[in-house]
Amino acid sequence: MDLTTTYMGLSLKNPIVPSASPLSYKLDNIRRMEDAGAAAITMYSLFEEQLDFEAASLTHFLDYGTESFAEALSYFPEPYEFNLGPDEYLEHIRKAKAAVDVPVIASLNGISDGGWIDYATRIEEAGADGLEINLYFIPTQLTLTSSEVEHVYLDVLNNVKAHVNIPVAMKLSPFFSAMPRMAAMLDDAGADALVLFNRFYQPDMNIEELTVGPRLVLSNSDEMRLPLRWIAILYGKIRSSMALTTGIHTSEDVIKAMMAGADIANVCSVLLQNGVGHVSTLLTGVTRWMEEHEYESIDEMKGSLSQRSVPEPAAFERANYMKTLQSYSGLN
Amino acid sequence: MSKRPYVTIDGNEAAAYIAHKVNEVIAIYPITPSSPMGEWADQWTAEDKTNIWGTVPLVVEMQSEGGAAGAVHGALQTGSLTTTFTASQGLLLMVPNMFKIAGELTPTVFHVAARSVAAQALSIFGDHSDVMATRQTGWGMLCSNSVQEVMDFALIAQAATLKARVPFIHFFDGFRTSHEVAKIEQLTDDDIRAMIDDDLVIAHRARGLSPDTPFIRGTAQNPDVFFQARETVNIFYQKTPAIVQEAMDTFAGLTGRHYHLFDYVGAPDADRVIVMMGSGAETAHQTVEHLVEQGEKVGLVKVRLYRPFDAEAFLASLPATTTKVAVLDRTKEPGGSGEPLYLDCITAMVEGERSGLKIVGGRYGLSSKEFTPGMVKGIFDELAKPQPKNHFTVGINDDVTFTSIDYDPGFSIESPKVVRALFYGLGADGTVGANKNSIKIIGEDTPNYAQGHFVYDSKKSGATTVSHLRFGPTEIRQPYLITSANFIAVHQTIFLERYDVLAQAAPGSVFLLNTYVNKDEVWDSLPRVYQEHLIRKNMKFYVIDAYDVADKTNMGGRINTIMQTCFFAISGVLPEDEAIAAIKQAIKKTYGKRGEKVIQQNYEAVDQTLAHLFRVPVPADVSSTVELPSMVPAQAPDFVQKVTAEIMAGRGDDLPVSLLPIDGTYPSATTQWEKRNIALEIPIWDPDVCIQCGKCALVCPHATIRIKAYPEEELAGAPESFRSMPYKGKEYPGWMYTIQVAAEDCTGCGACVHVCPAKNKREPRFKAINMEPQPPIRDRERENYDFFLSIPEIDRRNVNTRQVKTNQLLQPLFEYSGACAGCGETPYIKLITQLFGDRTIVANATGCSSIYGGNLPTTPYAVNSDGRGPAWSNSLFEDNAEFGLGMRLTLDKRLEYAIELLKQNAELIGLELVDGLLTADQSDETGIYDQRQRVAALKQRLASLNGAAGLKQLASLADILVKKTVWIFGGDGWAYDIGYGGLDHVLASGRNINVLVMDTEVYSNTGGQMSKATPRAAVAKFAAAGKPLPKKDLAMIAMSYGNIYVARIAMGASDAQTVRAILDAESYDGPSLILAYSHCIAHGINMTTANDQQKKAVDSGHWPLLRYDPRLVANGKNPLQLDSRAPKMPLRDYVYNETRYTMLTKTKPQHAAELLTLAQEDVTSRWHLYEQMATLDYSDES
Repeated sequence: MDLTTTYMGLSLKNPIVPSASPLSYKLDNIRRMEDAGAAAITMYSLFEEQLDFEAASLTHFLDYGTESFAEALSYFPEPYEFNLGPDEYLEHIRKAKAAVDVPVIASLNGISDGGWIDYATRIEEAGADGLEINLYFIPTQLTLTSSEVEHVYLDVLNNVKAHVNIPVAMKLSPFFSAMPRMAAMLDDAGADALVLFNRFYQPDMNIEELTVGPRLVLSNSDEMRLPLRWIAILYGKIRSSMALTTGIHTSEDVIKAMMAGADIANVCSVLLQNGVGHVSTLLTGVTRWMEEHEYESIDEMKGSLSQRSVPEPAAFERANYMKTLQSYSGLN
Repeated sequence: MSKRPYVTIDGNEAAAYIAHKVNEVIAIYPITPSSPMGEWADQWTAEDKTNIWGTVPLVVEMQSEGGAAGAVHGALQTGSLTTTFTASQGLLLMVPNMFKIAGELTPTVFHVAARSVAAQALSIFGDHSDVMATRQTGWGMLCSNSVQEVMDFALIAQAATLKARVPFIHFFDGFRTSHEVAKIEQLTDDDIRAMIDDDLVIAHRARGLSPDTPFIRGTAQNPDVFFQARETVNIFYQKTPAIVQEAMDTFAGLTGRHYHLFDYVGAPDADRVIVMMGSGAETAHQTVEHLVEQGEKVGLVKVRLYRPFDAEAFLASLPATTTKVAVLDRTKEPGGSGEPLYLDCITAMVEGERSGLKIVGGRYGLSSKEFTPGMVKGIFDELAKPQPKNHFTVGINDDVTFTSIDYDPGFSIESPKVVRALFYGLGADGTVGANKNSIKIIGEDTPNYAQGHFVYDSKKSGATTVSHLRFGPTEIRQPYLITSANFIAVHQTIFLERYDVLAQAAPGSVFLLNTYVNKDEVWDSLPRVYQEHLIRKNMKFYVIDAYDVADKTNMGGRINTIMQTCFFAISGVLPEDEAIAAIKQAIKKTYGKRGEKVIQQNYEAVDQTLAHLFRVPVPADVSSTVELPSMVPAQAPDFVQKVTAEIMAGRGDDLPVSLLPIDGTYPSATTQWEKRNIALEIPIWDPDVCIQCGKCALVCPHATIRIKAYPEEELAGAPESFRSMPYKGKEYPGWMYTIQVAAEDCTGCGACVHVCPAKNKREPRFKAINMEPQPPIRDRERENYDFFLSIPEIDRRNVNTRQVKTNQLLQPLFEYSGACAGCGETPYIKLITQLFGDRTIVANATGCSSIYGGNLPTTPYAVNSDGRGPAWSNSLFEDNAEFGLGMRLTLDKRLEYAIELLKQNAELIGLELVDGLLTADQSDETGIYDQRQRVAALKQRLASLNGAAGLKQLASLADILVKKTVWIFGGDGWAYDIGYGGLDHVLASGRNINVLVMDTEVYSNTGGQMSKATPRAAVAKFAAAGKPLPKKDLAMIAMSYGNIYVARIAMGASDAQTVRAILDAESYDGPSLILAYSHCIAHGINMTTANDQQKKAVDSGHWPLLRYDPRLVANGKNPLQLDSRAPKMPLRDYVYNETRYTMLTKTKPQHAAELLTLAQEDVTSRWHLYEQMATLDYSDES
């Protein structure tokens, strides 16, 4: 049975790839994911904003109160070396590359043109096999147009592609007015893969304290239907590879992703819940399902339930919505 | 021989540079102004920098200077090359060991930044009273006068001590030299090797104790031989001057700088000569050269080697033509026949049979008092008189004993080739740091010589800094402040309403102002006096809105690089492009370690600056009617008007002796007269949202949030904007309630807003107290606060002191201190003054709390409407527990005597009154009130019995019959380290004292050095790699006695427990120890939200709350009560909010992780131990 797939130009032994998450913080976890069968590792994201914040915060507090009072012109020793840049992350990539044989895909969240280019270049130098652009961007300004939002993505992609030779994947928001057009533009700009979709954590409210704050809720299988739909719609229409991320919890979910047209299935919540060794359970399930259903390769099923391949393409459009509503009516 | 680089450094760094190169062991303890020497040594050792023999010196921090001296002595006796750095009282604590070290003929050099020894007051500033107090120890004493000399003499002293076997103090003036930044030639390792004879080093090592070649040293001797043995060393002292001169000669061969035991400067045929040492000699040197050029026959002898005093060399240094000599001492020896140097010179002249000379002694420069060319000339003018004044003072106006001589303050010898620049900044805006960089740029990127000296504030919040920069083509010998500047920059507009800074502007000079006001409107915004200066002195006027540039370039409030760029652009010291390149290079050097983004932000600020810098035309006429406000209001007391206000205005130097208290006694409650207006935003109360919990006032570090409950009729005449609401609660039915800010005293820390638990239901971002910009509402809130203060204070008898809601209605008797904005210590002190302030005596250890508690011009301990309030004093750093115990002993003895007299005279006074006085229950405010009434009656009765035996004594003792409480305040440096032995003894005394340790877990006042309270994994100075060992558990140690009340509190975690513990401690008739978690800027935290950190400290188990009350044992109860629950969050969630911990993760991440694991184990195991102790069964103990 052939489980291989090709994603952003990388030949992978199977389609299961842990997504960017704290799972890759520890080298030991990375090794265990490979041991469990992960075809590649997406590293946790390097956040330029966080690095900037750490540096600014350190500078602020090291300077705060200094040179004000004659007895205490400073409050901290001044070490000759701070490790404030991306060095720790880059070193982690180097170690990961040395520790595993599967491809290592870095993930980058920048906030400035210089940051995107600088960090992407250094990530490539550190040996990453690919780079996922994690553009976590919530456009809140009333004056920002959809076109401007689209260009934020395109500009970053163009900048990074112009400076690195490793394949580049774009992790996308699901909130584009014209998703196919957006995908096509990114495809034209040279995106080696699209990752659908970034799962923005939604803030929650505490009505006792009158506060708003983050609350982590792990995904479930139902959530995969949004990316599933769009991958199915885009399959065959763009050159870029596609990764389905969000909501893949079972082997069947992996099969669905492939049938929609994804090249890989990113997993995270299910590993956080069950441990990184769960990759092997998923793989075993995929293999068993393929055996039971007499599929010989991933390639054979890839895109088989995409919009262009199914007998009812409209199922992915408004008709699908109408049918769903009708199904509720039927229950009543 | 390698080429010597020019470096721009201060005196401390220069001394430490040599010390680190020529020693193997360095034992240190922080004390101003010498602390940076130890910090440099520690840093270089942390960076693995080696001495000239290729090994990294071992640096160890001790618990006190006495401890450092002991460690040094031990290291020396085992043959190590060893040193230490110290000043002032620190040096005095070393004296016993210094006698030993000298008696044992041990080579070493102690580097001393000479500082005043506390007398009528503490002073951190420079004079020679400390080194002069050690001149009998048998140490050689070598004095440096400038930063270059500090480096040179540090090495010469080391070379000499090894050969002479006489230990040396190498000293230089605290602050004036220790902190002056100057361009000097740095000695190389080759220079040092050429000066240090390795054979002497090996000989020193060979004299060390070793079981391989055993001997004993340090015997006890008796009358038969001690005397003779003491005389055995004479030969060494006789040889020492020649050895020093030999080292100076060798040094001259290396560097070309030729020093002598006494260096003469001036006319070869001088008739009048000044003899002196220290930085003032530089001023005298320059002045003498100037006067000689004018044809005057004057000269100067600079004393280099003060001990052993080579009388022959001294006399030889005086021109034969000399007829009059003034010997200047930077110290005072009250009651002596003269100051030390003067006496030495007299002796030399008498013994040298140099008759015919008129010699007088004078004092100058105590506590860094300015010593100027005008004063030097004044001394020569005095000498020119037929009968020059002896034992004179110069630089002050002594209108009591008329010691002072006249001088012309306007006399100036500033060279026109030297640029003189003054910069007025706030500590928070980075002005000093930028100027230090500017000095380095000028010193190292141009052929100019450069000098920087920095004057700091007496307050820790809203602190003003004044930078004095000079640069020019020749060496700068001007260790005095600039009084006539070519360039004056005011970095904050607030200074325009405080000081007339342009009084120091030279004709044709530049004035640079950072202002929000538009360039076209700025002229009209200036006070009248500023316009007058600008016009009359034909000045050039530039403005920039640096805050706008800082905002646009994400620099926050740091305007330092922006103003620095303006200075270079206007001054033209470098071509513009070169200046900008040099500034950027300095930025990279300063911030390079802190990430590219920080560098780029600073670069951006530099690039944006020049487009925002404008020259403003100076009109021909004055248009402003704005006058500088008076320093204090008219209703301020006479002393405040005449003395305090003058100090506040920067005119303290002009105060005559007659106006100053004779014994260091100053009136309380003077901060109320110093309206500093330093807050950009202040909190404003919203009664509609308030739940009247009182937390805002409780946490306010400066007592600027006040609360009152009062009958409604008190509102008559209230200003229209005065806020009030009905009191919520059954205590005061029908009363009104107000929370009011002292708008002009608030520091704007925002702690009150952060702790406010009430939120506006419509807009939860607003609370019951919210920050608003201060300037637009300053006048309104001033009026409101004045009215608020006029409302009578609540009757203490009607206040439940155990509840925060009600005890915050009590008047704080500690207000508007100079503590840092958001200080974590002061809320505890303030609370104690609310609870017991009218019957409290405070003994305060030296440290932050003594500085914000007692630093002039204004002090925060206040008085109530009855005239009562805390009586406060500071003795030293190390003896505070004993100092407080002494106070207790007085009170106990006085009470005992008063009771004896009452009993002896009971029938005369009246049995009922005496019985009431003797049996009074004073356990609450009602009991205390009633006793006060009885004491008043007693005084009346005693007055009516005028003349009866013993009753006069009783009248003077009567007040003691009202319960008094002694509080001993200090920080962890005192309690855990330097004062620990005394604290232990005092706690063990059984006496009724209350100790409050405000534990910041670091030496805060001297700049963040590690103490034994510093937790494992935290970074501090002397623990740059994180403290490897756990924090001392002082509570556990104290509990082991069994009869000490012990509490560990953290106001931000539980204010109720804090209040309970303080009340319990005070009520316990025995020793009490309260350990109070005190957040601090040395933690590297947001001070606004710091109370959250207190809670996390408790929740993580780092700071378990507890009370140990020995009284409970009598009731069969376990005396230990844990007031916080088992740790409910990992330690990392607490510590990694603080820079003191996170910085280690950025320098040594692996090591940080290891230390965190150990620190977590510390917390867990300690909690388990506490739990077991708290659950022991005491039922059989009752």
